[in-house]
Amino acid sequence: MLDVVHLPARGRRGTLVDTLLAPNVSTDRPEPHDLPVESPSGSVTLLDRSISFRTHPERYRHWKLTIDGRVATLALDVDEDSPIARGYELKLNSYDLGVDIELRDAILRLRFEHPEVGAVVIASAKDKVFCSGANIQMLASSNHSFKVNFCKFTNETRNQIEEASHYSGQHYLCAVGGTAAGGGYELALATDYIILVDDSSAAVSLPEVPLLGVLPGTGGLTRLVDKRKVRRDIADVVATKIEGTRGRKALEWGLVDEIVPKSAFSSKVHEVATRLADSSPRPKDVRGISLPDPEPEIYPNSVIYPYVRADIDRSSRTATITISAPKDSGPVDPESIAEAGPSWWPLAMVSQLDDLILWLRFNEATIGTFLMKTRGEPAVVDSIERTMWTYRDNWLVNEVISWIRSTLRRLETSSRSLIALVDEGSCFVGTLAEVAFACDRIYMLTGLSDGETPLSSGHSSDLPTIRLTPANFGPLTMDNGLTRLESRFLKDPDHVSELAEYMYKAIDAVEADELGLVTFALDEIDWDDEIRLVVEERASFSPDALTAMEANLRFCGPETVTTKIFGRLSAWQNWVFQRPNATGPQGALRSYGTGIRPSFEHIRT
Amino acid sequence: MKVDYAAKIPNNVNLAEDRQLTRALESWQPKYLAWWNQLGPKDFANNEVFLRTAVDVGQEGWANFGYVTMPEYRWGIFLAEPKPDRRISFGEHIGQPVWNEVPGEYRFDLRRLIAVQGDTEPASVEQQRHLGKTAPSLYDLRNLFQVNVEEGRHLWAMVYLLHRYFGKDGREEADALLERHSGDPDRPRLLGAFNEPTPDWLSFYLFTYFTDRDGKFQLHALTESAFDPLARTTQFMLKEEAHHMFVGATGVARVIQRTAELMKEHDTDDIRQYGGINLSIIQKYLNFHYSITLDLFGGDTSSNAANYYASGLKGRYHESERQDDHRLLNSTYKAEAVTDGHIDSIEVPTITALNQILQDDFIADCQNGVDRWNRILSEAGITTKLYLPHRGFNRQVGIFADYHITPEGVICSDEEWELKKSEWLPTPDDRSFVASLMVPVREPGKMASWLAPPATGIANKPIDYIYVKL
Repeated sequence: MLDVVHLPARGRRGTLVDTLLAPNVSTDRPEPHDLPVESPSGSVTLLDRSISFRTHPERYRHWKLTIDGRVATLALDVDEDSPIARGYELKLNSYDLGVDIELRDAILRLRFEHPEVGAVVIASAKDKVFCSGANIQMLASSNHSFKVNFCKFTNETRNQIEEASHYSGQHYLCAVGGTAAGGGYELALATDYIILVDDSSAAVSLPEVPLLGVLPGTGGLTRLVDKRKVRRDIADVVATKIEGTRGRKALEWGLVDEIVPKSAFSSKVHEVATRLADSSPRPKDVRGISLPDPEPEIYPNSVIYPYVRADIDRSSRTATITISAPKDSGPVDPESIAEAGPSWWPLAMVSQLDDLILWLRFNEATIGTFLMKTRGEPAVVDSIERTMWTYRDNWLVNEVISWIRSTLRRLETSSRSLIALVDEGSCFVGTLAEVAFACDRIYMLTGLSDGETPLSSGHSSDLPTIRLTPANFGPLTMDNGLTRLESRFLKDPDHVSELAEYMYKAIDAVEADELGLVTFALDEIDWDDEIRLVVEERASFSPDALTAMEANLRFCGPETVTTKIFGRLSAWQNWVFQRPNATGPQGALRSYGTGIRPSFEHIRT
Repeated sequence: MKVDYAAKIPNNVNLAEDRQLTRALESWQPKYLAWWNQLGPKDFANNEVFLRTAVDVGQEGWANFGYVTMPEYRWGIFLAEPKPDRRISFGEHIGQPVWNEVPGEYRFDLRRLIAVQGDTEPASVEQQRHLGKTAPSLYDLRNLFQVNVEEGRHLWAMVYLLHRYFGKDGREEADALLERHSGDPDRPRLLGAFNEPTPDWLSFYLFTYFTDRDGKFQLHALTESAFDPLARTTQFMLKEEAHHMFVGATGVARVIQRTAELMKEHDTDDIRQYGGINLSIIQKYLNFHYSITLDLFGGDTSSNAANYYASGLKGRYHESERQDDHRLLNSTYKAEAVTDGHIDSIEVPTITALNQILQDDFIADCQNGVDRWNRILSEAGITTKLYLPHRGFNRQVGIFADYHITPEGVICSDEEWELKKSEWLPTPDDRSFVASLMVPVREPGKMASWLAPPATGIANKPIDYIYVKL
């Protein structure tokens, strides 16, 4: 039996509600959460407070962001007394979700607020230790769902480092000035260039298998062999060697790009960073814009942002996510876009959608189906799309496109059933059509069953349509490297080229159905019942089977480092996380640091 | 080049017949000598020194005295005699026979323990390499060199374990012990205190008193190890370590003795103009060395220490004499902690508090020495007493590292710390004053102005014996 837990009122303190309910709680040093733990009945124990992903460099507790001309430095200096949840200390620059929320914020800010920054150095402000990975006590004491969500988010954040380099030319350099263990080395692996101090003691290591009985699951194994192309037998040695690999050998084995004596370390880091910055195409002489703050209003069954909202129906474990277009299309050229900055609709919308997805992932684990809707004038979105794709090479527009790309990817790896409802009043144009194509199914409303009578409102213009734009033909690739249309029509690539002929045309349900753009075109008589049935059916299935099924169907076609990380590494990791050898009472992850040696079931499965 | 290592290297580990070991040492020994010549005691390579050499582990064998030049010293490899049917005395393998080979699952942890211990041995030789120039007597010069060659032998002991039991990785680790150097900005030694300079003889005595005493406690904890070769090696090392602490304890005592004499003679606390070291300066040096040595014990609560204990790799000081279950899974320990701005004690699982427990034993042992020093003062009619500062004072590692704590154990502000620091820790002026006293005394039996003579000589020789032929 599924255990749907309704949040008690006091448990629903997010931001606005938080303030309303607890006006005396100081916000400058947030109270830590209780980690969601496995309760004896197996039901989900909820956080006493929702997790927010909004922060600002002024509030960072764990990272120090400094900018010197074209080079930014992100120095990890974890405050061990400021974990996001209770019950553990963040020793030795180990991280938890709170540390990574700040990292994500910094990566985004550097892209939008600092167009002049061409290279980012990730370093440690602590002597001798770069980063010792995810905090083990935190992992060992949290439940499966939280572990998976945490790993997924940290994986996405590492991917965003690579995306910043690939799509924005903001290159990342990792200055490993002390030991980088586990997730610490995996963070380094996500950067373009790794410099290791050669002092006969600093090492890079992936000790998860021998020490913790789990995997280096934040891309470590994948990036070792697929990105750095470390020989598989050497990778086998590296992934079982607790003490890690130092200096010359780390270089010889391709684990790092350069080794430098301690006395020359900072000058070398500076030199390489300057070189990377010089090779960056990012503009030197424009001003950044401030990153939008999505500012949600949070109610028991709704989360509301200016352009995005989620309305939760707990009985069907469904959230209806509605993205709204603005009243008018706003800026028409790069100058006015820059002037609008965080309030330019595509940017404001995506920041809100991204925040909402994260919020739902962490705070509404039982809400398994997302119904994706849009509201607004298609013509307005059409016009915004034209502006966006005309000026796609502008640095700021490029950043917005990148954020849209990664947000759509985040939606697809959220372990939720995604159903697009192309109904009356919707505006699935270009980028928003891409939201529909990200879904497992697309339902589109036709006119009445005779096919001639217009909808009840009487205006044929209200007949829902889909419009394709350049958004659907290249820039917004999925994790598998294909566009959603290419993935959709894997059997018939020519069909995708044919669809390009429909660019900016309003495609109605009948035509969309013929073109294979929707799953079902339904008339008004059938609509409500069909939608109710699919929602109820979805809610009755095993959530685990659905997550697994959807993940297998969504990412057809070629493999990339990213699909391997989410599809293979994470899947294996999530299996390992469930096994007694890791998380049983005597499992390696649970017993680490207690002084009790793990005891294993020696069955190979 | 074929070298008869068995003759050159006194040992009781059947070196001549162990091909693997011979091969490893053939490559390592020249590197060791090169290191000794480059970073060992400066300038005295050709002087004969009256040194003790261990040639066997028995009563007769371990203390053979004679003149030898240091590069010719016969660094040996000795394990204490095995105890028949020795059993593991703690942790989850308690009661099982001890191991004579490294179990695969503990390979990394054991290697790490040995490498960290091994790293400290050559470090102190490097730290002390300039002291020969300013030795306050021939007797002290000889003691310095004795300490140095024995630290070198302790390095050999650790390298033997790495070579004999840890294969290729062990050989690499052994090489790394010679690649890191004390205070080297590029490749520093692993532990903080071993990168601090030992610039003068007062520092040397305090170093050998406090820092070598940390060594004593670490070695004691390792003598309990389920890995028998490590247990037996460290047992033998403890005999030599005892001499180093003797040098420290008597060295400080002789400084205090001289200070007391000068204070009485001139009826003043400030005896600097008479060539002595004020008690206040001694206290500041003591504070410094004691506090950086406390850092060597590692984090106050430590999952590594817990793992080492549970696995049987590293026990507690005098493990077998303790009356408990030697598993420590359900017991708690009152550990000091900082709560709400003051120092308090909290209950923690004993097994995670092992570093602190070892530190507690160390502190009690240190206090004995301080008490003896204070007796010298009271016998001289001086009411001032030396003391150990609070364990949280001047710490860089562990729970106190984030706070400024006075020697009395009160948390104080940054401002207060800055204001009072010069009363608690040696100032540049103190250091340069002590440095000004460091003029070599090389006439047999004579002592520097700031130092009383020892009570007796070495190995029944008189105090004015020619301990080093210059």
